[in-house]
Amino acid sequence: MATKTIRVDYLTRVEGEGALELDISGDAVSGVRLAIFEPPRFFEALLRGRAGTEAPDITARICGICPVAYQMSAVHAIEAAWDIRLDAPLRALRRLLYCGEWIESHALHVVMLHAPDFLGFPDAISMAAVHGEAVRQGLALKKAGNALLRLLGGREVHPVNVRVGGFYRVPTRDELAPLASTMEEARATAIALARWVAAFPFPDFGRDYEFVALRHPTEYPMNEGRLVSSRGLDIAVAEYEDAFAEHHVAHSTALQSGLRARGSYLVGPLARFNLNHDRLSPSVQALADELGLAPGCTNPYRSIVVRALELVQACEEAEGLIAAYAPPPAPAMAVTPRAGTPQASTGAACTEAPRGILYHRYDLDAEGSILQARIVPPTSQNQSTIEDDLRLIATRDLALPEHELRDHCEQAIRNYDPCISCSTHFLRLTVRRQ
Amino acid sequence: MHTRLRPTLAVWKFASCDGCQLSLLDCEDELLALAGAVDIAYFAEASSTLRPGPYDLSLVEGSITTAHDAERIRAVRAASRHLVTIGACATAGGIQALRNFADVTDYVAAVYATPAYISTLATSTPIAAHVKVDFALHGCPIDKAQLLEVISALLAGRKPEIPHESVCTACKRRGTSCVMVAHGTPCLGPVTEAGCGAICPAYGRGCYGCFGPSEAANTAALAATWTVLGADRRSIHRAFRSFNAAAEPFREESDAHGDQDHPG
Repeated sequence: MATKTIRVDYLTRVEGEGALELDISGDAVSGVRLAIFEPPRFFEALLRGRAGTEAPDITARICGICPVAYQMSAVHAIEAAWDIRLDAPLRALRRLLYCGEWIESHALHVVMLHAPDFLGFPDAISMAAVHGEAVRQGLALKKAGNALLRLLGGREVHPVNVRVGGFYRVPTRDELAPLASTMEEARATAIALARWVAAFPFPDFGRDYEFVALRHPTEYPMNEGRLVSSRGLDIAVAEYEDAFAEHHVAHSTALQSGLRARGSYLVGPLARFNLNHDRLSPSVQALADELGLAPGCTNPYRSIVVRALELVQACEEAEGLIAAYAPPPAPAMAVTPRAGTPQASTGAACTEAPRGILYHRYDLDAEGSILQARIVPPTSQNQSTIEDDLRLIATRDLALPEHELRDHCEQAIRNYDPCISCSTHFLRLTVRRQ
Repeated sequence: MHTRLRPTLAVWKFASCDGCQLSLLDCEDELLALAGAVDIAYFAEASSTLRPGPYDLSLVEGSITTAHDAERIRAVRAASRHLVTIGACATAGGIQALRNFADVTDYVAAVYATPAYISTLATSTPIAAHVKVDFALHGCPIDKAQLLEVISALLAGRKPEIPHESVCTACKRRGTSCVMVAHGTPCLGPVTEAGCGAICPAYGRGCYGCFGPSEAANTAALAATWTVLGADRRSIHRAFRSFNAAAEPFREESDAHGDQDHPG
């Protein structure tokens, strides 16, 4: 039988390098491989022997798009190992910092990377010729998120202010106050953006995913909570490795994660929304309602609407946190790695990166140096779910011209905002037809 | 450059975190104007339109860690009139250059269940170790104002105005009192290239050297000062062995404080 090959040299508008290979025999898709060949950087190996206190700054360098997520998971894991509990004002500042990253990252993905798919443009810059207002709104939101990162973190990419125990420096009320109006404006912009994306044409697609996210007693999840799923998983973060396992597959430099009991699962905005709809603010719930989005949504293309809703949520929360802010008595709790932990210790943490749960675990020696590190980024967790989606989409679209098949596959991958640097941005599509 | 034809810009990624190229998208106020002034011909993180070279200016992020990338950077160089490295990975090898001090097979085995699937070089090397670099921007990440200055300067045919001074000078300009003198906090500022705006001391912590060594950095004198402040050999070793570990003055100084029992 004739073999036909399509090659797309780069998967664009994602962060990292990867390729997609489809094997097609007759009218069936016989193989799907999302190959991630981001050159390995060996973070888990190079962390061995470093001070536990260095983990937040070092692991931030795994991903320049979501460095705060890495800092948050790392710092909370080390604090768990050393039994450090932050008091309320420091905890609130951590949440405010994370809001900044959610806003920056979601605005980037919604407007600059994903919206062009739905409207038929190669990028946001060419999209700006027709949808100038939306692109300017996206950039304004991104700037607002970055303003929070700049003040609380010192800079947008790889902020310098997070330390084990708290921060190096906390802002004064006067420094933070001007950002209240920035966030108020950003919230209005995000609402407009949510209405804009909700009107996009969404492919009719959906399947019975197992959604996994953090769940907190009162808050929309960011820095803490239990790990829950739509099929009854409900565990403490420390039990993560009992429930999930990583596999190394030949076609990828990223490890693939699966539930030991049931295999692939989905993390990220859609999972958070479905499992934590009742933790969104009343106004965001009302907006979701207005936009026709209810918990139980199984269409991954609608994740762009959820990201927009989370933008509104993050802006609103940031506004509230700024209004309620009173500088903590000290920028950090006392940290003495040896005190209270005379012997080796282990700490794990999971936080909600913009793309989904990010798990870190550190084993530390009595002096506070890292013996072993384990990091499971969200894209590794979504990878086999993305492959499952692609198998269905490729089967459905087999009869289409190959450039359309390719475009549909790329768009489906972008539903997950895959941050391939953590794991890979180079998706080469190879279709082998037999 | 030809009249009326906008100069072409390409952005390339090697082993890196994407943070330095994100700095271009972080120019929220300038991005649309920049896209009007230059023709962004190749920027995979931002656009599905990828056009072949030659390019007037290539920005290169990331270090060389695979045989394939060692070939790819030559092709990028051949297609580029100007080549600028952006950030610590491209300019000095990055944090992933810590493998240069270790056994890479041990690194592979520590992370991957099936080491045979992984193809990697034993070292992470800067772009300049492979091809001619016309200008190098420092930083982990780069400073976006410096990035805009380099793009503007090279496309206008002038020399970029990037000052070479230490973080200490930037601290004084910012009015930050010295964290070493005032608080006894160990700081790499005296031996680190400025460009970040001296952020860390302004936030009450010592500089951790993410812009790499400054010109004529006296690292030995600084290490002696750290010792007086109470830093042990191991923390001095770690401080010089981070995001610019393979940059020569930092490599030498970390070696001088090496510890056989704790190679990390």
